[in-house]
Amino acid sequence: MDATPESAFLAQVILRHRVEQFYIAEADLLDTRRFREWLALLDADIRYWMPVASNRETGKWDGEYTREGADLNWFDEGRFELEQRVEQIMTGLHWAEEPVSRTSHMIANLRVVEADDGRIDTHCRFFIYRNRNETETDFFVGKRHDRLRPDGGGFKIAAREIFLDQSVLQAKNLTLFF
Amino acid sequence: MSGGGARRYTGGLVNLDKGRISREIFTGQAIYDDELERIFARSWLFVGHESHVPEPGDYMLGRMGEESVIFNRDRHGRLHVFLNNCRHRGMRVCRYDSGNSRKFACPFHAWVFSDEGELIGVPKLESGYHNELDRSQWGLIEACVASYHGYVFACWDEETPAFEDYLGDLRFYFDDYCELPDGTHGDWEAFGGVFKWKVPCNWKFGAENFGGDYYHNPSHASVDAVVLSPAGTRGRHTYDTVSKTRAVHKLNILTKEGHNARGELFKDDYAYVPTYQEMAVVEDYFRDCYAKRQAKLGEKARWYGHGGTIFPNVSYSNGVQSMGTWHPSGPHETEIWRIFLAPKSAPDEVKNVLRHYVIRYQGPSGLTEQDDMENWSSAHQGARGTIAKRHDFHYGMGMGHERKGWPVSWLGGEIYATEDVSEQNQRAYYGRWARDMDRPPFQRKPLQAAE
Ligand code: FES
Ligand SMILES: [Fe+2]
Repeated sequence: MDATPESAFLAQVILRHRVEQFYIAEADLLDTRRFREWLALLDADIRYWMPVASNRETGKWDGEYTREGADLNWFDEGRFELEQRVEQIMTGLHWAEEPVSRTSHMIANLRVVEADDGRIDTHCRFFIYRNRNETETDFFVGKRHDRLRPDGGGFKIAAREIFLDQSVLQAKNLTLFF
Repeated sequence: MSGGGARRYTGGLVNLDKGRISREIFTGQAIYDDELERIFARSWLFVGHESHVPEPGDYMLGRMGEESVIFNRDRHGRLHVFLNNCRHRGMRVCRYDSGNSRKFACPFHAWVFSDEGELIGVPKLESGYHNELDRSQWGLIEACVASYHGYVFACWDEETPAFEDYLGDLRFYFDDYCELPDGTHGDWEAFGGVFKWKVPCNWKFGAENFGGDYYHNPSHASVDAVVLSPAGTRGRHTYDTVSKTRAVHKLNILTKEGHNARGELFKDDYAYVPTYQEMAVVEDYFRDCYAKRQAKLGEKARWYGHGGTIFPNVSYSNGVQSMGTWHPSGPHETEIWRIFLAPKSAPDEVKNVLRHYVIRYQGPSGLTEQDDMENWSSAHQGARGTIAKRHDFHYGMGMGHERKGWPVSWLGGEIYATEDVSEQNQRAYYGRWARDMDRPPFQRKPLQAAE
């Protein structure tokens, strides 16, 4: 690899662009309900985690989010569990998603925070709009930390940490993917 | 609106002789206001588990009715439940969901209260109040507290019977819930964090669903189709580790207090079924617990509770060991709080299996409870229409078929049971609700000269 500052910068721009294109395509799979195709983007040992937030004193933010693998989490799953969620929706009997919701996943403030040959760590913000039945509307906004692995020309998602900016969930359920 | 005159609830909006209940009790604003006064201000309400506040100074916020409360353990180790409301102008004196503190300082004008609720600090006591403020009269408003097997309940009304009497004939079933898997009454430990979420339905939908609605199982067909079980193999419940090769009595238990329980009474074959073969530690734990439970409880080990509702707004689930509280937030919204617990003495592997299972079962991300939320919010909408409201809901299933004390005498107290599906539990619950709602409203005492 050529290591001039400019080529290194260019490589970063290209990588960020590729990641962004990947996320846009991923969002599109979810928003067009191609859930099984979405599963194909997940690493076999994916870790998918969304902690519960609580209100803490300034400077004592250590406990703001519940701990993975120890406390209550909105999600603390792997590939099997995510597959099960997809299959539940596909039964057509999962009334919380039948008829299935309309969603738009938006990704912003994307940064590649670290990358080497085997992994790419990214941070971003997400904004998800959900509308179901007639007027039921939810907004899910927060921060996402991902670990991607290069896979052929694309990526596989190896880990996803989702920090929802709500302590009391402002929606009746979490039937969607983040 | 009702002013303590003629009964509007018993035999009126709640007509159990006909098995009918007006949809208005779920949607009416005036009825809701009466509920806060006549039910929430007078009942024992669940605030948390002792393991949430293990050390002196530990606190967590709770809710009673629509109001925030502080559930804490003071420096001497005593439990308190205070209205989280400054005596000066009502600001919340605690603004953090949990923590450890020896005092609660109000941010507005800085009145300071101790962890025992006393008003210990008032700025400008001399220059502003000229030392004329009797601080002993202005401590935090404190509720009566009862800790039952570590589950902490609080009540604002000193005339309400003591918690154990309030629990009444549910005691056998709630004791059963509080038992560890080995049948002893050891310690439970709450997992960190509280699930809190908002559902657009009246708070009573959850309470009645958990109290007796076996009938709604079809709504969980998708969960059964994909198989959700602690071991990832069979069944939907932890208690499915017991064989059901012969029939069980699937029972609805109502108590005269209006509390409800559900569960299964096994006949003779309820042998342990190895369920966790891929997890040796977990398998050993449950097999061992099963044997100890048999030895300790004898014939009573045949009872496997599934859960129930303690009037008015807390539902417990055996097996997934959770407490869900249906906090009223106006007639059309409920804020649900849910905690999960594990046997404190269990190996970490067991705790993790239970934790992982319950968060995938219940709560807003739980495969099962997601559908309940859909049901209740849609049912709530269905109670609101002008035309719809002219037509009562039907609560008549199994009317007249309740059997006292059946089928075994040792199932606790003066209970009635029906098998499989029935709405007797809901009828008992709303019977209690209507009786409480018919009580005269709270009358504020005239100001005393001394105040
Ligand atoms: S409101 Fe609390 S000190 Fe004034
Ligand atoms: Fe249910």
